[in-house]
Amino acid sequence: MAKIQVQTTINGETFDYLCDGQQSLLSVLRDELGLTGTKEGCSTGDCGACSITLDGQLVPSCLVLAAEAQGREIGTVEGVSSATGLHPIQQKFLEHAALQCGVCTPGLIVATRALLLKNPNPTEAEARYYLAGNLCRCTGYDKIIKAVLDAAASMRGESA
Amino acid sequence: MSNQNGSGSDRKFKVVGTRPIRHDGLDKVTGRANYGADLALPGMLQGAILRSPHAHARIKKLDVSKALAMPGVKAIVTSADFPEIGSGGMAAGESHIDPKDLQANIMARGKVLYHGHAVAAVAASTIEQAREACKMITVDYEVLKPVMTLAQALAKDAPILHEGRKAVGVPPLPEGDTNIMMRLANAKGDVDAAFKGADVVVEGWYEASMAHQGYIEPHATVVTTRENGQAEIWCSTQGPFAVKSMVAVTLQMDPNLIRVTPSEIGGGFGGKTTIYLEPVAVLLSRKARRPVKMVMSREEVFRATGPTSGTRIWAKLGVKKDGSFVAADTRMEFEAGGFAGSPMGAASMTLYAAYNIPNFRFEGLDIVVNRPKVAAYRAPGAPNAAYALETAIDELAQKLAIDPIDLRLKNAVKEGDVASYGPKYDRIGFIECLQAAKNHPQYKAPLGKNQGRGVGAGFWFNVGLQSSATVSINDDGSAVVRTGNPDIGGSRASMAITVAEELGIPVERVRPLVGDTDTVGYCDLTGGSRVTYATGMAVIEASKNVIEHLRARAATIWGCEVDAVEWRDGQAVGTNGASNNKPLSLADIAKQMAHTGGPIIASASVNPPAAGPGFGVHLCDIEVDPETGRSTVLRYLVVQDAGKAVHPSYVEGQFQGGAAQGIGWALWEEYLFDKDGKMENPGFLDYRMPVASDLPMIDTVVVEVPNPLHPYGVRGVGETPIVPPLATVGNAVSRAIGVRMHQLPMTPPRVLDAIETKKG
Repeated sequence: MAKIQVQTTINGETFDYLCDGQQSLLSVLRDELGLTGTKEGCSTGDCGACSITLDGQLVPSCLVLAAEAQGREIGTVEGVSSATGLHPIQQKFLEHAALQCGVCTPGLIVATRALLLKNPNPTEAEARYYLAGNLCRCTGYDKIIKAVLDAAASMRGESA
Repeated sequence: MSNQNGSGSDRKFKVVGTRPIRHDGLDKVTGRANYGADLALPGMLQGAILRSPHAHARIKKLDVSKALAMPGVKAIVTSADFPEIGSGGMAAGESHIDPKDLQANIMARGKVLYHGHAVAAVAASTIEQAREACKMITVDYEVLKPVMTLAQALAKDAPILHEGRKAVGVPPLPEGDTNIMMRLANAKGDVDAAFKGADVVVEGWYEASMAHQGYIEPHATVVTTRENGQAEIWCSTQGPFAVKSMVAVTLQMDPNLIRVTPSEIGGGFGGKTTIYLEPVAVLLSRKARRPVKMVMSREEVFRATGPTSGTRIWAKLGVKKDGSFVAADTRMEFEAGGFAGSPMGAASMTLYAAYNIPNFRFEGLDIVVNRPKVAAYRAPGAPNAAYALETAIDELAQKLAIDPIDLRLKNAVKEGDVASYGPKYDRIGFIECLQAAKNHPQYKAPLGKNQGRGVGAGFWFNVGLQSSATVSINDDGSAVVRTGNPDIGGSRASMAITVAEELGIPVERVRPLVGDTDTVGYCDLTGGSRVTYATGMAVIEASKNVIEHLRARAATIWGCEVDAVEWRDGQAVGTNGASNNKPLSLADIAKQMAHTGGPIIASASVNPPAAGPGFGVHLCDIEVDPETGRSTVLRYLVVQDAGKAVHPSYVEGQFQGGAAQGIGWALWEEYLFDKDGKMENPGFLDYRMPVASDLPMIDTVVVEVPNPLHPYGVRGVGETPIVPPLATVGNAVSRAIGVRMHQLPMTPPRVLDAIETKKG
C-alpha cells in the first residue's frame, strides 16, 4: 500500500514523514522520528503516557492517526524545556520528587502544561480531574499534584 | 518523628536525610531517559508472539510452514527450539524458580495453561508482518475444561493441570494427581484448648482477587547475538544478573556468553524480577542473525505476565476480654496461576508476625489454576494474609468495644519477642508506629454520616542478599558510584547521598551509575526492599575503602605515617606530628593522584543475611454513597518505620505509592474471566487502577527507629506500604456501612449487596 506523505510541525519545527494509513502518530513519533520521550503504555488511550498536544489540544497520540497530523502543530515532551533551561513544571516535578520510575512523567508534564495554559490557577480537585487520564502507578499522585499546584503558583509569579 | 537509641542514632548526618534533586531526574522530565522500548539498532527486526486462545488445552500439532513463507518473516521459534531441561530449584532473589516451569511459561510445551500463554514467536522486518505471520501459524488444540477458581481446582473431579506431578511440603499431602502443588503447615501451643478459653472468637473467610502490579511500562527487550554464541540483552528488568542466569538456564547456555544491560525501568513492583521475552528474542536473533526487538502490548502484560495471587483465607482469632490474643488458626488457599509458586510461604511467615499470639496454627496451599503464572508483587503474599488477620482484629475490636489501635498495642511485638516465624526481634518500631497513628490529627478528625475509619497494620521481613559497589575519584575531586541495581524509585539519589556523606563532598559532586552485568560487580535484583539497605551498605564500605586510599595519599604528600592522617569533614587532617600540615581536601588529593600512586578507586561487597523488618500502620477514612455503593477515600495516612530515611521524599513516595496500589486492590482492581477462562478486562479502562481523581493527598509519618544491622540505621521501605491497605480500606468500608464485608475488591455492587443484606 502506498505510504502517505505528511507535513507537520513538531515543537515548532517542520517535519516531513511517510506513514501507513493505519499507523498511529505515536508510532511515527517514536519509531520514525526518534522522539522516544513520548511513551507507550497501553495503545488504547487509557494511560496517558503518550500524551501530546495537537493544535494545543491534549490527546493520547496512540489514538491519533499519523496521517491526521497533516498541517497541524504537535507538542511533545521534547519541546517543553528551552535553551534557557527547564520549564517550571519540569523543575517543580524534580523539586517535589514527583516521579519514581519516571515513565509516566513525560505524559504528565505535557498534560500539566496543557492544563495550566487553560487554567493557570487550578484547585487541587481541578488538577486531579484534568490529570485523571494520566496513570502513575508509583507515586499515589500526592507529590505530582503538589508539583502541579506549585508550578502553577510559580508560573503566576507567586511563591506557593 | 521518634528516634530511639540504637546503632546509628547518635551520628550527626550532613547529607543523609536531606532531599536533593535526584541525579537521573533531568533525563526523566525531558524525555531523554531510555526505557525498554526506546532502543533501536541498525537492521533490527520486530518480534511478535502467538498466544493461546484457550485457557487449558493440549497442543496436538503446530505448523509454522505457511507463516515462514510470509513477506518479511525472518525467523520463527516454538518450544521445539528450546532445549529440554529437568526440574530443580534455582535461587532468584527472594523466590525460588523451577527452570523447567520457567521455560514452559515462556513458551508452552505440550500444553497451554492459560489464555495468552505463548505458543510461538515470529521475527519479521516490521511488527505488522510479524503479527500477520502469527495468524498464519496453525495450532491444533485439544481443548480441556479450564480450572478457573480455587474451588474448581480443589473439587474431587477437577481437571488436572500438571498430570503426574505430586504435591510437596508438609504432610498430609494429597494422594495421586492434584492441583495442590505445595502444602505448608505449622503450629505452636495448644490451639484448640486455647480457643475454648477465649472470651470472644471471630472466624470467617476472607477473599482477595488476583491483581496486577500495573507498571506503566510494558515488558520490552532488544537482543543482539553473535556468531560465537554471545548474546547482548537490553531489557527492562529489576535484576540484570537475574535475567542473565534465567536466560542461561532456560536456553542451557554458558552464562559467560550473556551480557545484560538494564534499560531505565518504567515500574516493576516485583513483576520484572522474572523473564518472559528475553530467551525468545535470543532464539529469534540467533536464527535470523539480526537484532530483534520485542515489546508487549498492555493486553499481553495483563494476560501473560505475573499478577499476584487471588486468595481465600479462613481465619479464626480468639481473645480474652482484656484484648489479649490467645489463639489463631488459619487456612490459606493461594492461586499460583498455571505453574506452581504462589507467595503462600511468605504469607504464612508474615501472617502472625506482628503480634504475640501464644497459640497458633496455619495451613497454606499453593494451588494451580488456569490463570497467568503469578510473579512477585510488592511484599508478595503478605497483603493477602494481613487482609484476613487485620480484618479479624477489627471485628474483635468492635465486639470488645476496644479502640482498634489499643487492641493492636496490647498485642504488638517489640524488641526481644520471638517472631511467629522463628527469630527473636531486634530493635523494631511497631509500637512507635501505632502510637504515632494514634496521636495523628486524622485519628481524631470527626466522621460524618456514611463515613467510616479503618485501621490496619502490616509487617514485611525485607531482605539483605548480595550487593557490590565501586566508587572512583575523578581528578577534579568529584566521585562516581557504580552498582548493578536498576533505579526503580530514586535509589541513584540514595547511593549518591551515601557517598557524599562518607567522603564529605556535596551530593551534586557524586554521579551515581547503574551498570550492565559486564561493567559492575554482582548485585542481586532490585527487590525485597533491599537496595538502599544492602547496596547502600556496599556503597558505604566502598567509600570507606576510598577514604583509606585518600589517607595514604595524604601521608605520601606529607611524608608521614598513614596513622597520622584522619579523614574529617571531607578532608585529610594531620594528627600526631603531622598536624602542622594544612588539611587537604578531596580535590587537593585528586589533583595530585598521578604523582601519589595513580587513580583512586575502591570496591566493596556485602551479603547481609538479614535485613531488619519493617512495620507500618495505616488509617483510612472512607465515605460510602448508600445509593450507588461507591466508596470515596476522604483521608489516608501511612505511618511506617524507615529506620533512617536516606532521602525522605523517596521514602514518603514509597509509602504513598504502596498505599495507592493497596487502595486500588481493595476497592476496584480484579481479574475478571469469562466461563471459558478468557480474561475479560485486559486493559486499563476495565482493570481499574487508581487515577488522580480517585485519591486524596496521602499523608505520611516517617518513624525512625534505627535498624541495628545497618550503619545508618536504614530499613528497607518499599514493600511494607502495600501490606496494611487491604484491611485498612476494608475496615473503613465495613464501619461506614455498618456491616462486615469479607471480599475484595469492595466494588460498588458488592457494597450495595452488603447494604441490602443488612436491610434484610
